[in-house]
Amino acid sequence: MKKWPLWEVFVRSKAGINHKHVGSLRAADAEMALNNARDVYTRRNEGVSIWVVESKDIVASDPDIADSFYEPAASKVYRHPTFYDLPDEVKHM
Amino acid sequence: MENQLFNYIIQHADNCLILSHRLSEWCGHGPVLEQDIAMTNISLDLLGQARMLYDYAAKVQGEGKTEDDLAYLRDAWDFKNVQLVEMPNGDFGQTIMRQFLFDTFNVTFYRELMEVSNDAELIAIADKSLKEAQYHLKWSSEWMLRLGQGTEESHTRLQNAANLLMPYANEVVIPSEADKVAAETGYGVDLNNVKAERDQLIKEVITECELDASLDGFSHTGGKTGTHTEHLGYVLAEMQFLQRAYPGLEW
Repeated sequence: MKKWPLWEVFVRSKAGINHKHVGSLRAADAEMALNNARDVYTRRNEGVSIWVVESKDIVASDPDIADSFYEPAASKVYRHPTFYDLPDEVKHM
Repeated sequence: MENQLFNYIIQHADNCLILSHRLSEWCGHGPVLEQDIAMTNISLDLLGQARMLYDYAAKVQGEGKTEDDLAYLRDAWDFKNVQLVEMPNGDFGQTIMRQFLFDTFNVTFYRELMEVSNDAELIAIADKSLKEAQYHLKWSSEWMLRLGQGTEESHTRLQNAANLLMPYANEVVIPSEADKVAAETGYGVDLNNVKAERDQLIKEVITECELDASLDGFSHTGGKTGTHTEHLGYVLAEMQFLQRAYPGLEW
């Protein structure tokens, strides 16, 4: 069971909301991973939908190249739509 | 005169309570964290089903008793659970086999009860419990297949569990006096119908697991009339200790 692969678990808390990463677990196969996720992460009514994906299938950005990956965005304030005057009637912006 | 409705409810309440207690013994000892949680979840589901049934049984009995009185203050011969559920946990394979043999019944029993019962309270309890039982069956069936088709070791262990437990598989579908009255009066199910559907579920999985196990062999009986294996006394001793040693204790 030490060889059981690691799975990442994503739970949607209610219809219309995004799936959100909630943690990881070990399971021998996809079906067991879903069952385990249901038992471990939704026992207190946390969700209505679960995704599981093997951790090895997730491609992550390299922390060592964070400078070139993320720094350039830091100085581009014009990419944020904060320069518009919004009428009061417009909500949820 | 015997209150057969009470006996009928108690039979299944006791099944749920004793199996729940057995599963709770795995708490902190599961083979992996995730399965430890899975088994205690199922344990709590079954405890919930037992509570609803005891609550109703106490009402039907009409002696002013509570669900707690029924769970904690009856002795072994008053318990009407089938012997299957009191069998020890053994290894994980034995626990899975016992669970699978119970879940196949629990699902088909509740399903049938919802369809044919003329008792609103029993229908409501079955409705709530069926969803839980269906998940339990999914869980135990998948584990049956994993162990049965897994390694030589896991297959051997599951076969050993089958050798031990198959003679306890049928008691639950052999009608007691309470079962017969229930079916005739209309608040209960016809166990022949349950058996047909249940046997199908069991046979499919047994075949896929390539186990040498049959439902046609010798069957132990007696649990439904209060005759139990030696194991039940130990379960009750542990489960009831606090109320027996400190009557009326609350926390």
